[in-house]
Amino acid sequence: MKIAEILFWPVAMDVKYKEVEAMPDNYIDVCFFNGAIRNSEQKHLAELLRNKSKTLIAFGACAQLGGVPGLANESNAQEIFKTVYHNSPSTKNLTGSEPTQVVELAEGEVELPIFFDEVKPLDKIVAVDYYLPGCPPPPKIIFNAVEAIASGTLPPKGSILAPETAVCDECPRKKEEKRITEIKRIIEFTPVPEKCLLEQGIICMGPATRGGCDAKCLQANMPCTGCGGPRPNAEEQGAAMISALSTVLGIEDEKADNYSANELASQIKDPLGTFYKYALPSAIINKRYKK
Amino acid sequence: MSEYNPKIIGFLCNWCSYAGADLAGVSRFQYPPNIRVIRVMCSGRVHPSFILKAFKNGVDGVLIAGCHTPNDCHYISGNFKAERRVAVLKNLLTQLGLEPERLRLEWISAAEGEKFSKTVKEMTEDIRKLGPSPMKQEANE
Ligand code: SF4
Ligand code: SF4
Ligand code: FES
Repeated sequence: MKIAEILFWPVAMDVKYKEVEAMPDNYIDVCFFNGAIRNSEQKHLAELLRNKSKTLIAFGACAQLGGVPGLANESNAQEIFKTVYHNSPSTKNLTGSEPTQVVELAEGEVELPIFFDEVKPLDKIVAVDYYLPGCPPPPKIIFNAVEAIASGTLPPKGSILAPETAVCDECPRKKEEKRITEIKRIIEFTPVPEKCLLEQGIICMGPATRGGCDAKCLQANMPCTGCGGPRPNAEEQGAAMISALSTVLGIEDEKADNYSANELASQIKDPLGTFYKYALPSAIINKRYKK
Repeated sequence: MSEYNPKIIGFLCNWCSYAGADLAGVSRFQYPPNIRVIRVMCSGRVHPSFILKAFKNGVDGVLIAGCHTPNDCHYISGNFKAERRVAVLKNLLTQLGLEPERLRLEWISAAEGEKFSKTVKEMTEDIRKLGPSPMKQEANE
């Protein structure tokens, strides 16, 4: 059954931006937009496709939350250029050059997109109708979304097209009592296969993360790193995870003489990278601030 | 320019620290007017998102005050939970470009009006030395 015609798909079809620009407004029924906004070309495309589409869906963790590339918000454009073009060990930049916006060549003028200071999720640039989480989005929820579109049963605008559950709710591992005495990394020991990883001291983002993936990573013996974004009703993922972890970590030893909250906290080596792996640009504090 | 006046949000638990602040008032212990107090039932009620939001909105410091550990929290261990949250948040805030001293945790009992006034004085001075929060400018825009 044919339910749609594909009009634009940069990775699979050769359709030029000009052809999209020539379409009347609202010509496209549904646009699945993937990727965060980091440069002026992406911003242009976001604005263009918003105008041309009746329904705009932020597809995947990058468009929804900023994604892994959003961790670059720990730096700004200048710092990134400094590392990439000057300081990285494999770089030999004898003339100290950096990309220039406009370059004159014999064939004409070549223009590069402007590299912004910050990575932003799609909804900080244009209005977004729906969100389809995941890195990558699980096939099942893509299929559900396509079905809802085809049958005209999409939920109210602004909805996240994934179940109202946390990853823990879908996780097949046995949960007993969450009390942990220390944080361990997955490379340091072999966890018991059927048991909740968090209960074994591994930071698993499951309690703070929206389900819909059937806890895929847990089925492959890896902790959830949070690609589904904040769990339902959580204001943001990092705060939800810090809260969850503080509830279970060290509670056995609170009254012991050598108990130290700071020592426990120091076992979490990179809180920013761990708790905001996919969601820094959409977090309450969405970047590193400079003095 | 006049002296920089930091803005501090204080989350005080109902059973100990809020009563301690009240005692400071009743006993006329002086403390700077830089703190804005929010009463919560327990220091364990302060979700990390409250603290992040306060900073995002441009406050210069956040004080969480609760009942003394190990045995005084009226909800048994809310204060321990608050202590771990604050410890993790300090490391996170450092990565986000904020001095960890801007977030402070103190145990203040209902009898420690003087400790409340001393804490607010110290904190105001410490933050005055640090200067305005780097998030302040953007929050005011
Ligand atoms: S914390 Fe991780 S391992 Fe434990 S139940 Fe949740 S998703 Fe599964
Ligand atoms: S378990 Fe977590 S990281 Fe893995 S697919 Fe699901 S949400 Fe993403
Ligand atoms: S009631 Fe005071 S800290 Fe819990």
